[in-house]
Parts: sequence; C-alpha cells; structure tokens
Amino acid sequence: MSEKRKESGLGKDLVGLENVSGETIQAILDTAEPFKEISERAIKKVPVLRGKTIVNLFFEPSTRTRISFEFAEKRLGADTVNVAASGSSVVKGETLVDTARNLEAMRIDMVVIRHGSSGAAQFLADRIPSNVINGGDGQHEHPTQALLDMLTLRDSFGRIEGLKVCIVGDIVHSRVARSNIYGLQKSGAEVAVCGPRSLIPTRIEEMGVQVFTHIEDAIQWADSLNVLRLQLERMNAGFIPSLREYNRVYGVTQERLDKAPREIVVLHPGPMNRGVEIDSTVADGPQSVILSQVTNGVAVRMAVLYLLAGGAPERAEEAKKGEE
Amino acid sequence: MSRPLYIEGGRVVDPSQDIDDLAAVLVVDGRIEAVGADISKPDDAETLDATGLTISPGLIDVHVHLREPGGEHKEDIATGSKAAIAGGFTTIWAMPNTDPPIDDPAAVGYVRAAGRAVRASRVMPIGAASIGQQGEKMTEIGELVHAGAVAVSDDGHPVRNSGLMRRLLEYTQTFDIPVLQHAEDPGLTHGGVMNEGRVATELGLRGIPNAAEAAMVARDVLLSELTGGHLHVCHVSARQSVDHLRWAKDRGLAVTSEVTPHHLILTEELVRGYNTQAKVNPPLRLEEDVVAVREALVEGVIDVIATDHAPHHYDEKEREFDDAPFGINGLETAFGLCMQALVDPGYMTLSGLIDRMSCGPARIMGLPTGSLRRGAPADIVLYAPEEKWIVDPARFHSRSRNTPLAGRELTGRIQTTIVGGEIRFVAEGDA
Repeated sequence: MSEKRKESGLGKDLVGLENVSGETIQAILDTAEPFKEISERAIKKVPVLRGKTIVNLFFEPSTRTRISFEFAEKRLGADTVNVAASGSSVVKGETLVDTARNLEAMRIDMVVIRHGSSGAAQFLADRIPSNVINGGDGQHEHPTQALLDMLTLRDSFGRIEGLKVCIVGDIVHSRVARSNIYGLQKSGAEVAVCGPRSLIPTRIEEMGVQVFTHIEDAIQWADSLNVLRLQLERMNAGFIPSLREYNRVYGVTQERLDKAPREIVVLHPGPMNRGVEIDSTVADGPQSVILSQVTNGVAVRMAVLYLLAGGAPERAEEAKKGEE
Repeated sequence: MSRPLYIEGGRVVDPSQDIDDLAAVLVVDGRIEAVGADISKPDDAETLDATGLTISPGLIDVHVHLREPGGEHKEDIATGSKAAIAGGFTTIWAMPNTDPPIDDPAAVGYVRAAGRAVRASRVMPIGAASIGQQGEKMTEIGELVHAGAVAVSDDGHPVRNSGLMRRLLEYTQTFDIPVLQHAEDPGLTHGGVMNEGRVATELGLRGIPNAAEAAMVARDVLLSELTGGHLHVCHVSARQSVDHLRWAKDRGLAVTSEVTPHHLILTEELVRGYNTQAKVNPPLRLEEDVVAVREALVEGVIDVIATDHAPHHYDEKEREFDDAPFGINGLETAFGLCMQALVDPGYMTLSGLIDRMSCGPARIMGLPTGSLRRGAPADIVLYAPEEKWIVDPARFHSRSRNTPLAGRELTGRIQTTIVGGEIRFVAEGDA
C-alpha cells in the first residue's frame, strides 16, 4: 500500500475516528449510500474487491460485528478468512505481533481486528503493511459502529449537524461511546453522556461532552439517545448494585420517552438486555431504529473496505455496477 | 595496599561540606584523605586528570530492581551493578521483589555476595517486609539485617494491611532501618494501567487515580506518627501525596521520601499512541503533579531522587498496552534527565542536585558515603555537567533497554566512577 492518502482522506487504516476528519466521515457515509442497495438485490454480490484477501481476526467473541464485516466483504467479492482466538495459535501463546506477521507472510490485503485490549488495532497497524480496520479495541474505539450509528441518524433526521445526541449507560467501558463522541462532534453534532458517575470516565467533560446523571434530564435535552448495553460483569465488579436498580434509575422506558419535548430517536448498538437498559416497548416501538442500524452496518463497512482498497467516493455508484 | 589516587584539575562539588571550588582530591587506602586547592600529590600516587570535569561524591540510589534471582533475562546483579556505575551510582539498594522474593537471610546474603563479586557499584540488599511479599506475616527482620539487609520493603506491592504496617514501623526500630513503602491502595488502582485522567479516558485505558497513592501516604504518615518508626515513601508521583508529606515534615516525623527522575519531568501525554515504554507504576501524571513533586524536592519535603530502575525485556514491552509490564530502565539516564529537569531550567543548583542524589540519600539512610569528607569511603563520580548527549539504549550496560527517552538529548555525562578508591567505570572514548 502506498503511503499517500487516498482521495477519501483515509490513510492506510481505520483505527478510530479520533484522527479522521469530518469531511472524511462525510465521504464514508456518502459512499455507503449507493452500497445500501446491493444488500437489497436478489444476487448480493459485486466484484469491487475481487481478488482481495481479508482476514477477520477476532480475539473477542462477536456475532454482529463479525457477521456484518463478513457480509460486507463477501458482497464486495473479497476472499475472507475468519480467525477466532479460541482454537488459534493465540491460545498456544503466540504474541499479537507474531500472529500478524504470520498472516502478512501469507500475503493478505486487509485485516479486521477485534481485540480486548485498547490500542491493539493501532499496534497491529503500526507493524504490518496491510490495511487494518478496527472492529473494536478494548474500551478505546469501534469506528464502524459509530459510522453506522451516524448513517442511521442521517437517515432519520436528514442531517447530523446540530443534532443533540446523548449516549446512555456504561460509558467508561464503551468503545462505541468514544467513537461516537469523536465522529458526532466532527460532524457538527452536540454530544452528551448519561449514566451513574461510576460508569462515566474521569474528565470526559474535557472532550467537550455534557454529562447527565439523570436520564430524565437527558431526555429533555436530546434529539436522539444511543443506549449502550449494560454488561452483567459491571454489576459483579461493583460499578452498580443491581440490574434491577439500573433499570429503575436509568432504563429507557416509553413512559420516560413520552415526557420528551420532541420525538426522540432511539439507537442501540446491540446486543440488547431487554428490561435492563431498554424496555421492549421502546426497542420494538416506532421510535427505535435499531434494526436499521444493523442494515446500515453492512453498507458502512462496504464503504470503508472500498475506500481503504483505494476506491474513490464519487465512483462508488459505478463500482457497484461492476464497472472496474 | 593500592597506590594513592590523586585527582587533579577538576571542580569539586560536595554539598555535604559546602564545597564548590576548583580543588584536588587525594584518596589513600580507599578513603578520602584530603580535598583542597593546595594539597600536595604524594610521590607514589596515581594521577587522574579531571580537567574540565566536576568531582562529586558518588550517587546513591535507594531504589533499583536487579531482577536476580528469577528475572535474569531482564537484568542480573552484574549487569545492573554495571549499569549503575555507568550512571554514576556508587551505591544501589536492590529491591527484594525477585522470584523468589528476598525474604530470608540466605537470599539477602546471596545478593550481597553476588554484588561484591561484580566489583562495580556497591549493592545493598533490601529485605522483604513480609514473607513472600504476601503482606501477611512479617519476615525475620533481625536475621535479614544480620545478613546485610539495609531496609525492608514489599515494593512492587504495597503493605496493604494497616496492622502489619504498624507492626513493621514498630519492630524495625530495634534495627534502626526504614520501611520502604510502595504507596498504592489496590482497591483504587483496580487494574489501572496509566494515570486516571483525560488521556486514559481518550485511550480507553483503565486509570490509576492520584488518590490511590495519596490515601496510602496519608495512612502511613499517621502510622509513623503513632509509632515513631522510619517511613520512607517510594516514588512519590501525586501532588496530594506531597501535602501529606509536608504535614509529616512540619511535625518532625520520621518520614522521608523519594521521587524518580521520570516523575520530575515526564507526563501522561507520553502514553499517547499506547507507548508501553511510558507505562510505569506509579504512572506518569499531569504537569501540575510534576510541578508539585519538583517543588517538594527543591524544598526538601521530598528528600531524595531514586530511579526505581525497572528493567524489562524487549518482548515484554512489545505487547498490547494492558499486557506490558510497568517500569522504566533508569540508572543510565537518571543524572542526565535530572540535570535537564532541575538544573538546566534553574530550579536547582548542581550542588542541590548532588545533595538529592548523593548526600541526601546517605543522610536519611545513615550511610558513611555521599560525602568527600576526610575518612569517608572514596566513592566518587567525575562528570561533565554541561555535556549534551543523545540517549541510545543500544549502548546501555543494563541488559534491558526499556526507556521512553530513546533519541532524547540529555545534559550531563558521567565520565568516571570510583568505588572505594578503585576506578570502576570510565566512559567509552575516554579510556
């Protein structure tokens, strides 16, 4: 891969949205638009990435993200290999850098990495010449999730600029939160977070983020809520006393949403804990765009793959027709 | 008996005697015989030309990790001791958190004997404070001291149990040794890997708050007040810890403390990019903390500088940030970094720095070195205080090269190190 930045403004890798400009984010979302249609076809395949080899390197269990990437890769015609941590050389004690170099030696083009340690995607990107896409690193970033969230918001509101988006829940352990904060702010939205202080990272205000400790206040403020999954482990580690209490204090319920001054759009990156952070009436109700997020996830990942492979945003429409 | 050694042509900086002048130093039988501008050279003396150099009492580091036994791929007593003399240190205190820990008299005796055999820096063993450094049962402190231990510590870990800490501060008084405490409340560290703050929040790394250190410093100074025991707080990093130390000093308690060179100048910003070379415990903190510990050192609220030399193998640092070990390789960059942090910007005089790195440690720990007064062991360092040099870890004498300072220009270069009157290190190119 050449060092020069591509026409999209992306570099070699997509490690996070922290170092991606607002214009580039816009270009990714614009590129995703024409790719949406591919997944609606009877024959869901175009030859945009024909001949490219992509490794999905998943050190953490993942269903949605891994399948979404795999669909995106396959629908663009790439050859893919999935490597999961269990059953791989990782359990035999191989280091991340050795795993990466061995894959590289097999002449691959791209790696999608999901890893439990913050910084793992950057670590890999710094050490191999292939394109690296961060599929979630520890509590750092999950850029394609934020991009699909933003695409979904754009579908709902027709814009991102000026929106007030509140991310609700376990912010401290959330890579989704960080990527959304960077991406939304660069796109002109206002971002807040809401949750108990025990789940809000120190000095997050310095990132230009408003903090709510009451969900009712967040609902008064926001155009949209992005409700994060509350993991059971957090309760066991003493961050909150119980899931039941969490639902009572922070649960997004229809009753609470009905008090909002405007129709709030509700996102959730999944997988949901129904009755904990979100009630089923909301998840399945008219204000939820949760399944649109999943659909958009494939299109956004296609766009990222296409752009990192050197594609130009304005040629995406032609590319998907198979005109190479 | 070896020939007398006559060091001439240099500037002598010895804060223990308030000397800062051009002078000669005469060493006889491994001890300082005389220092002065007009002392004469004995006919049989070997001459060492120190023209253009500064001569001071050898540096003393009360906090190093030599990794032997059990971690010889990182460092051993020989390589660590050689790194020490290359850094101007004539005495180093070796922490007991090896594998197994130095918690019995035989192990203490081994470290002492192995250190002597190297004939580099003086290696003084620190014994474990609790058996296996498990924080439960006190070691046989009297036996450890008898075998050569100069202090006790569970460093690497804190003495968490307040009752045990109290008993240590009481019992050690019999032997007149300090308890060296790695002050950190594990409940507040909670798996943290860097300073808790803006950078940790952005990087998605678990943070260690200042309170993790300061809370334990507060507890321990109260225990020193209760018992009268000598508490020495290791590697102070948080501005709030300084407040508690000042409180202790104001009351005249038997509390001393140290700060590392890296905490005197580097901040958490260095961790950006998941730089494992900057992963250290206590973590690099904020500029306001750097200012606080620096001012405390200048004032004497913090007594001394110690490196917390923590060598790690290349492979161990070439990892995901969460999985890399804490620690910075410090012995060979300490003097240059302290010159840059303290003397170059004018916060401290050279004499002040030598006090904090040599006379001060000797004073608080009751050592006969750290001075060029007549009769003291001839532990001497010759250096070019203004010479600039670039840190090249490949040239370290340490077995490991883990430093965040690679490629950085430092001020002040060690030229010759003398231990007990014997020249044990001469910088390359000057031999």
